[in-house]
Amino acid sequence: MNRNVVISFGLHTLLVIITAMSLPFLSKKPIDLPPIVSVELIQISDKTNIPFAPKAKKIIEKIKEKEKKLVSEQAPPKKIKKQKPDAIPLPDQKIEKIKKVKDEKQNPEKVETEIKQISEFEKKDLFDPNSIAALIDKSKVESAETNKKLDKITQNQDKETDFVGLTLSEEDALKAQIFGCWSIPLGLPYNENLLVRIKLQLKPDGSIIRTEILDHARMNKPGQGFYKVLAESALRAIKLCQPLRVPSKGYEKWRELQLNFDAREMLEG
Amino acid sequence: MIIKYLTILLILLPIKALAIIEVDITRGNLNPLPVAVSPLSLDEESKNNFKIILKKENIGEEISAIVENNLKQSGLFNPLNKDAFLQKPDIANLKPRFEDWNLIKAQALITGKVTLVDEKLRVEFRLWDVLAGKEMMALAFTTVPNNWRRVGHIITDKVYERLTGEKGYFDTRIIYVAEEGPKTNRVKKLAVMDQDGFNNKYLTLGNELVLTPRFSPTNQMVTYLSYFRNLPRVYLLDIETGMQEVVGDFPGMTFAPRFSPDGKKIIMSFAKDGNSDIYTMDLENRIVERVTNHPSIDTSPSYSPNGKYITFNSDRSGYQQIYVMQSNGKKVKRISFGNGLYGTPVWSPRGDLIAFTKLHKGKFYIGVMRTDGTGERLLTENFYQEAPSWSPNGRVLIFYRETKTNSKGEGFSAKLWSIDLTGYNEKMVETNTDASDPSWSSLLSN
Repeated sequence: MNRNVVISFGLHTLLVIITAMSLPFLSKKPIDLPPIVSVELIQISDKTNIPFAPKAKKIIEKIKEKEKKLVSEQAPPKKIKKQKPDAIPLPDQKIEKIKKVKDEKQNPEKVETEIKQISEFEKKDLFDPNSIAALIDKSKVESAETNKKLDKITQNQDKETDFVGLTLSEEDALKAQIFGCWSIPLGLPYNENLLVRIKLQLKPDGSIIRTEILDHARMNKPGQGFYKVLAESALRAIKLCQPLRVPSKGYEKWRELQLNFDAREMLEG
Repeated sequence: MIIKYLTILLILLPIKALAIIEVDITRGNLNPLPVAVSPLSLDEESKNNFKIILKKENIGEEISAIVENNLKQSGLFNPLNKDAFLQKPDIANLKPRFEDWNLIKAQALITGKVTLVDEKLRVEFRLWDVLAGKEMMALAFTTVPNNWRRVGHIITDKVYERLTGEKGYFDTRIIYVAEEGPKTNRVKKLAVMDQDGFNNKYLTLGNELVLTPRFSPTNQMVTYLSYFRNLPRVYLLDIETGMQEVVGDFPGMTFAPRFSPDGKKIIMSFAKDGNSDIYTMDLENRIVERVTNHPSIDTSPSYSPNGKYITFNSDRSGYQQIYVMQSNGKKVKRISFGNGLYGTPVWSPRGDLIAFTKLHKGKFYIGVMRTDGTGERLLTENFYQEAPSWSPNGRVLIFYRETKTNSKGEGFSAKLWSIDLTGYNEKMVETNTDASDPSWSSLLSN
C-alpha cells in the first residue's frame, strides 16, 4: 500500500516537473546563442613589425645574454651540489659566489628598464627562453607549432559546427558543380511544383553510394508525369557530377546529404 | 511497473532530431542534351526487301537520320557524331555497353531494329538512360513501308516527350502559301509539307489568290480564304481526302478565318456596313453569330484552348492593340500597353501565352506575352515579319519574313522561319519556293 503511494507520488512529482518545464509560459525561452567559435591569438608581431626587427633583435640578444648569465650563475649551486663528493669548494669562495649572484639578481634598475622596452614586443614571449629560441633560431619549429595550433582550432571548429552544416564556400562549390551537370528539361509546366528532393549517401571522396528520391510516390501519380522526367534529370546530374565537390574534412557531417532540385526559377525565367 | 512508466516517460521526452544537410539547387544548364542515335539495325533479308520496295540502301540508317535531324532542329538535344560510336547497332539494341556510351559523353541512347513483316514495316526502338544504365522506354510500330518518314517522326515525338516532359511536335505538317513570280504579279498556291520540309505538296493550282490557311486543332481539316471572281470566299479542305467545300461568301472580309478549339466553329472578322467586327460560324448549321459590336476595327480573333476566351486586335483605343474577351463578347479587356502597334494575336495551345506581331519604329517583332498582358518578351526583330503560328505543344513559333527589295525592286523574298519560345534556336524552314502565312497542324498520330 505504502509502496504504491510512494511510487505514485514520485511519478506524479516527475510528471509535474516535466510538464512545468515544457509549458511555454513557465519555462524561459532558451537564448538563441550563436555557436562559440574559439579564436586563439598567435604572436605574429615579430614577422609583421619589420621596422622594429633590428631593434628587437638587439634587445632580444641582450636579454638572451642576460638570461644566459642568470642561468649560468644560478646553476652553480646545483653543480656545487653535484660536485660536492668530488671537490668541495672552500667556504669563503662559496659565499663570494653566492653574494655575486645575489648582487646581480638584486639589480632591479637595469632589469626594469630593459623590461619596459621589451614590453612593446610582448614581454612574455621574450621572457620565455624556449619562445625566444624559436623566434630567432628555430623558425621551422615555430611554424610547426603554429600549424599544430591551427589544427587544434579547425578541429575545435569542426566539433562546434557539426550542427551548422556546410560553410557558405563549401556549399557554393557543391552548387556550382551541380549547376553545370544539371540539364533542365525545358518542357516542364512551370506553374506546377517542380521540387525534387534527393537524399544521398556519400563516400569520403564524394562518390555516391546510394540515392533516394524522397517523394518517390509522386512519380507514379496520374498527371505527374513531368515529375518523373524532372527526377530523372536530377539523378543524371548527380551521376554526371560524381565525385561531388565535398569538403575534405567533416565526413560525418556530410556523409548524408539532401539535394533539393527546384527548376521553377529557371523555367519561369 | 516502474520500468513501464519510465519507458513511457522516456518516449515522451523530446528527442533531438538529427538534422541532415540540405543544399538547394535552383539553377542548371540549358545546354542541349547529348544523345546518341544508333542506326536502327536491319537483317540482310529485310535490307534487300526494303531496297526493292523503297529504293533505299539502308532504311534503318535513313530512319535514324530523321530522328537525329529532328532532335537537332529542336535545339534541346545534341545528337553525337556516329563515327564516335563504339558499339554496333545490332548489339547495342540488345544490350548496350553503357561504359562505351558514357565514354563519348552520351546521356541518352536510342537503339532499334527494322524488319519487314507481312509486307509491313515494323520498327521497334528503345530509349536508354546511359548514366543510370537502364531502359527508359521500348515501343514498336507497324505501318506500310511508304510511311517510313513518319515512323522517324513518331519515334522522335516519343523520345522528346520522355526526356523533356512535354509532347513532341515532329509528326506534324505545316500548311502555307507558296509564292512565285515577281512581287507585283505573285502566283500564290496552297501548299503543305511535313514539319521538316519533306513531302511538299501543292493543294491549289494558283489560278486564284489564296490567303491565311489555318489548320483545325483537332484534325487535318484546313480553312482558308480564296478570291473567286474577285470575291473573298472561305473554304474548308480535308488534307487526307482532298475534299473541299465552300463555307460561305463574305464580302468585305478583312482577316483570316480560324477554327474554335473543338473544330466545330470558325471565328473570323468581316466588314458589314463598313464596320469590321468579329463573327463566328457554326460549321454544322452554318449559323453566323456576331461577337463584337463596336465602331472600331476588330480583327484577327483567336480562341483560347479551353474555348472560354477570345483574343483579337482592335483600334478602339486609337491605336491597334491586343484585347481579350469572353467567348460571348463580354468583358473586353485591353492587354497590350507597350509602345508601337500590336497585331495577329494567337493563343498558345498550352493556354499560358499569346504570340503577336509588333510594329515599332519601323521594325517588326514577333513576341509573346502572358494572357493578362504581363511579361511581354520580344523574340525576334526584322525588317518585315508576321503571322506567328504555334507548334502543337506550344514550344515553337513559325512565321514568315520578307526581305527588303533594292532600288530596282529586286531581291524580294519571303521565307518561313521558326523560333523557340525562349528566343533561341531561330531557323529558316526550307521550302521549294517563297512562302508566307504558315500554320502548324496538330499531331498526326493523335
